[in-house]
Amino acid sequence: MATLSLRSIRKVLGANAILKGIDLDVQSGAFVVLVGPSGCGKSTLLRTIAGLETPDEGSIKLDDKDVTRAEPRERDIAMVFQSYALYPHLTVRDNLAFGLRLRGESESKIKARVDEVSQMLGLGALLDRLPKDMSGGQRQRVAMGRAIARRPKLFLFDEPLSNLDAALRNQVRIEIKKLHASLGATMIYVTHDQVEAMTLADQLVVLNSGKVEQKGPPLEVYARPASKFVAGFLGSPSMNFTDAVVSDDSTSAVATGLRAPIDRQRFGALERGRKVIVGIRPHDVTVRKGESSAHGYRDGAAPTEIIVSVEVVEAMGFEAYAHGPVGGAPFVARVEATADALPRRGDKLALSVEPAHVHLFDPESGRSLEGAS
Amino acid sequence: MSASRKGPAWLEPLSHLVLLAAVAFALYPVLWVVSLALDGVQRPVARAIPWPDSPSLDNFRAILFARGSSGEWLFVRQLTNSIVISAATALTAIGIATPAAYALARFPDFVGAKGGTKALLATQMFPGVASAVPLYMLLDKLRLLDTRSGLVLVYATTAVPFAIFQLRGAFETIPKDLEEAAMVDGATRFQAFIKVVLPAARPALAVTALFAFMSAWNEFILAATFLSRESAFTLPVALQRHVGEFDAAWGKFAAGSIIVSVPVMALFYALQKNLVGGLTSGGVKG
Repeated sequence: MATLSLRSIRKVLGANAILKGIDLDVQSGAFVVLVGPSGCGKSTLLRTIAGLETPDEGSIKLDDKDVTRAEPRERDIAMVFQSYALYPHLTVRDNLAFGLRLRGESESKIKARVDEVSQMLGLGALLDRLPKDMSGGQRQRVAMGRAIARRPKLFLFDEPLSNLDAALRNQVRIEIKKLHASLGATMIYVTHDQVEAMTLADQLVVLNSGKVEQKGPPLEVYARPASKFVAGFLGSPSMNFTDAVVSDDSTSAVATGLRAPIDRQRFGALERGRKVIVGIRPHDVTVRKGESSAHGYRDGAAPTEIIVSVEVVEAMGFEAYAHGPVGGAPFVARVEATADALPRRGDKLALSVEPAHVHLFDPESGRSLEGAS
Repeated sequence: MSASRKGPAWLEPLSHLVLLAAVAFALYPVLWVVSLALDGVQRPVARAIPWPDSPSLDNFRAILFARGSSGEWLFVRQLTNSIVISAATALTAIGIATPAAYALARFPDFVGAKGGTKALLATQMFPGVASAVPLYMLLDKLRLLDTRSGLVLVYATTAVPFAIFQLRGAFETIPKDLEEAAMVDGATRFQAFIKVVLPAARPALAVTALFAFMSAWNEFILAATFLSRESAFTLPVALQRHVGEFDAAWGKFAAGSIIVSVPVMALFYALQKNLVGGLTSGGVKG
């Protein structure tokens, strides 16, 4: 277990600034997930922590020891690669023992560790196999085993599940979570998959264009996104965004087919007529039964109302999504998937939303307006 | 592979006929060589079917047990020359080319990398014979004419650049992740190279070594230029001496050709597992 502290990490590759001043503190035993779209710099940041890249500016401290310029081998870090990077000429046993042998551990100790790890990950029957004779899931397990066998200070995972099929991904994700709980180790995990990010992290770090966009516990980041980027990145389907203006009485944000209540405690008194972007998650709307479809939208009829002219309905089984335009932008609403409640193409759905679930963003900066005024 | 899936039923026997014809075409000259080698007659008689008139192993005996002017066992001497020179060429090529190719594959931007690569490519554009005269003069100055090391030096000049190109391609296909994993696991770059990259490149190393060995083993013109003592000859040079200006012992020549090709065939057989390659498969996804 170790603490990690990054200060003002900058990295330029060619003409592109990949990391633009990253500050991050990782507590001992924490599970930190770096999440962001392709090209946001998350993998470069992880490689910088591993010592595979050297930052152009800034410092990296591992347990209060400056390792900014230290070689990877001097850092006592283990890394699980997206490609697994198993040594193709070595058996599983020798793959697991590789790092221990390099460190000059005794053969008896190596054997004990290999046995322990293979038992932990169920690799016992595979120990004498070569990587090419194993499935993707098995290779992934060996890659994790190789990291665990070393008992490093810090574990790094670079999108370790992205090459697995969906079912296996879910299973291994849960195993990684269990592993973290049982090892109590400090782990940093890179992914572009928001489900992995939400479910695994103690601490979520959302990266965008080489900068930390927001960090915090995942549920907090989900519930209080600091920017439109974060709000749109987390959650599936994504949050709906509609351009709107603050109403004359400053109690709601309005657009064609939308009247969203403004929570004054969070957003303060917003100037009337101010342009805002309203963000509403598809799961945060409720269908106003009896007012939908036939009744249509009556201006000012309800303090909070969203009218969706349904174009497409996706029934997932346990829930369904109704798609249609609101205020000129696409809007998705979660609805019940029961046969009688399922809307049809052409229906007009009246939806309501709690003030607590309405997010407002500045159209210029994209930052949340929460606490802005 | 069923005929119904591939096409009409008559197509399969037809394709077999075509293949048989191709095989016969390829093997016909080889059969002639075998027939000549097993025939007591030294002058070939033109006929459709290569079959020895009076089968005997005399030609093989003559080649294998020939004695030199001072009574030494010529064949063993010349076989040793060929083996030592070819093996040394292969080792030199691999020894020099491996680190060079790795550097070019992993650090393609170091000073001189691009110019150096072009210069190496240029050496491949000239036939070795073109440099025979300057090489002769160099070897003469170095007192390396008629020596094994002289010939190894000459062969290395063409084998090394070729091996560098071969191996650079091979190293480029080995994922960087493997070395990086090794370095995070506690290896220096050198250790990662020795313990991870080289084993992963084993098929390519084997093939490259085999090529270097074979080109040295089969080379004739330079060897004939730089070697004048019978006991210093390599097998191809010795072989050629059976076909003179006024007389040609084709039977011995054929027997010698077969003997010379046996080691190469054996080597191919021994290395065929590596020739198939694919050792890196499974190491990384994809």
